[in-house]
Amino acid sequence: MIRGLLVIAALLGLWELYCALSGVDQLVLPSPADVAQALWTDRGLLWSALLVTAGELLLGLSVALVVAIAAAIGIHLSRSLRNSVYPVLVASQTVPIPVIASLLVVWLGYDTGPKVVIVALVAFFPVVVGILDGLAGIDPELDLVARSFGAGRLRRFRLVEAPAALPGALTGLRIAVVISVIGAVFAEQAGGDSGLGFVIQQALPQLLTARAYAAVVVLSALALTAFLLLTAVQTRLLPWTRLRQSEQ
Amino acid sequence: MASTLQLTDVSFTRQRRSAQPLAVLDRISLTLEPGETLALVGPNGCGKSTLLELACGLLSPTWGTVQAPPIALMPQRGLLMPWANAVDNAALALRAEGVSKRAARETARDWLVRLGLSEFEDARPHELSGGMRQRLALARTLLAGRPIVALDEPFAALDAISRIEAARWLTSALGESDRAVLLVTHDVEEAAVLADRVVVLSPRPASVVTQVQLTGPVPRLRTSPEVLAAREAILSALGVTG
Repeated sequence: MIRGLLVIAALLGLWELYCALSGVDQLVLPSPADVAQALWTDRGLLWSALLVTAGELLLGLSVALVVAIAAAIGIHLSRSLRNSVYPVLVASQTVPIPVIASLLVVWLGYDTGPKVVIVALVAFFPVVVGILDGLAGIDPELDLVARSFGAGRLRRFRLVEAPAALPGALTGLRIAVVISVIGAVFAEQAGGDSGLGFVIQQALPQLLTARAYAAVVVLSALALTAFLLLTAVQTRLLPWTRLRQSEQ
Repeated sequence: MASTLQLTDVSFTRQRRSAQPLAVLDRISLTLEPGETLALVGPNGCGKSTLLELACGLLSPTWGTVQAPPIALMPQRGLLMPWANAVDNAALALRAEGVSKRAARETARDWLVRLGLSEFEDARPHELSGGMRQRLALARTLLAGRPIVALDEPFAALDAISRIEAARWLTSALGESDRAVLLVTHDVEEAAVLADRVVVLSPRPASVVTQVQLTGPVPRLRTSPEVLAAREAILSALGVTG
């Protein structure tokens, strides 16, 4: 943690130094001091935008989680679903978000709807892959043991497979949180009147570059906080995942 | 349902995707009476584990018939669940049959006491020694309440001293339960110490070379004349002298 802060401090120092020495226009690259000042003067605007974006993320991630769990269970339990649905899931990730974002706005309107859809679209895939990886990593002999104890398919899933897939699901969710922030920004820029992505989009043509950077800083802080929170949840709830290496 | 395990003329050929089918078992006939401990010894890779899976009904024979009551399997590595503590690992055997979580834990605790693991109820597998992990896996297998337990090299991962101890707790745990045991081992001496009867298998495709009958209570002393004689007989059937 302390080392991480030191690295960030060093990068900020280099950035500040570059701005001071190169004479780059602050409309192109504001210095960290300019950004800090924007963070302070625009704090009201940034805070309300943060709440909007965080709300979209929370909703979108919840939808993603539900869809991902359902999809992963289906794919895991049914070979025909694996063959039919999995390729569609992979294909869904190749759709360029900026393209689909503007279409969704036309379709679903300017409020939260399209943002939630886009966040969910980018977020569910890493969760599905994480869960499926966790399920694939189960020792097949453990499955034999459970069968020899008389456990049917669903009971084996509940007692053995679901707990084994939890760490993978959380890893997927950690990745999802970070990339879905980008999804939320695209969605807000495609059509909307609030959120951090909207603030960035408005600030640039007004030559308020420092404000745009300040919004990016807030976005990063949001993603980082969510990521660290999930990591803490993982070590707290799934302590054996921490110890797996030392155990082998 | 009969509680005798009966394999009649069982052959098994493993189909392989990119190779010739592999003949693993060749016309094996075996009987395991209630309460009996039967050891299967044979060279590495001869198909002992396949034989266990067939007996447990996890595989179907290519030829022949398997008549068996439900059998609980304990694979070589024990295979405990890393996320669960000792009680919940043992309780899996009951919860697999639909027993409620609370009742399963209660019964599991009793068995942990019997196997001397009561202090480690809340420990996860990585916090236990190799011997304790195997003991826990055995507790789980016995908890399943099956008339027969199939133990696949249960002590293979243990050091020599732990193995001698393990033979003691295995027999004491089994003595209370009156269950038949199908014990796969590559340790000829261990077979002679623990089993009522030892079936010697040939290299793959495995067939029964001979059966060695032993008498008296187990575990036998490793230095007793009966164990030494059985050891000789088994080794010569395996084609090893010494």
